[in-house]
Amino acid sequence: MSKLTLKTEGDTHVVVTRHFAAPPEVVYRAFTDPKLVQKWLLGPDGWTMPVCIIDLKPGGKFRYEWTNGKGHGFHIAGEFVELQPFSRIVHIERMYLPDPTPDNYIETRFDADGTGTLMTMRMTLPDAKTRAAMLATGMERGMEMSYVRLEGMI
Amino acid sequence: MNNLDAAFSALADPTRRAILARLAKGEATVNELAKPFEMTQPAISQHLKVLEDAGLIVRRVEGTKRPRRLASAGIAAMDQWLAMLRKALEKNYDRLDGVLAGMELKKGERR
Repeated sequence: MSKLTLKTEGDTHVVVTRHFAAPPEVVYRAFTDPKLVQKWLLGPDGWTMPVCIIDLKPGGKFRYEWTNGKGHGFHIAGEFVELQPFSRIVHIERMYLPDPTPDNYIETRFDADGTGTLMTMRMTLPDAKTRAAMLATGMERGMEMSYVRLEGMI
Repeated sequence: MNNLDAAFSALADPTRRAILARLAKGEATVNELAKPFEMTQPAISQHLKVLEDAGLIVRRVEGTKRPRRLASAGIAAMDQWLAMLRKALEKNYDRLDGVLAGMELKKGERR
């Protein structure tokens, strides 16, 4: 059952939606409590997030560090812009590869949807070119991760 | 990989997206493509070149005409990448479903 939608919007946005069975309060906590974030925001199998720092307040910084345990790793860092407990998070993030990517401005909404939650994540990149580069970089990372996984299988 | 980068860059322009939408309905000549956009032929040709270099469209020779159509390989590569991105996100959110179920359970236990 695929409940995820992913689409580009206009020239600079990427919008992702997903329904969750839990109410907004619970989903919001899973997105903002470092101990919980470390359990799910991991990407492909085999990757872990040994460092997860979240200073949950407007202007507060966060930092996620991933590793595959075989010498490959990268991190994302940024700061919170606005926080409306249980309904909305606005933050800016940059991926360090190792140089920082341009600011990705992300608004995440948690709207009650039946007994669950509809999450809407709306990314805004500085311009069309940056969005294109982000999508393409994501591809390279995805490929790299696939190759790393492949290495493990051989 | 470079081709995908070029493909996403090519899609950054609204006119080029509209051209692809038109070609999704079937082959068209430069003249036919230029009409709805109120653009000169050279301007359209420039957009077509970007799309062609990105591997998103191909041309055919028919007398003096060069009708364009979608390049299935290029479009498929982009679809595949979007599907992969979806898969990575879906994997995270499937894990999150499990985390959420555990959180709800804990709350229930406390009652």
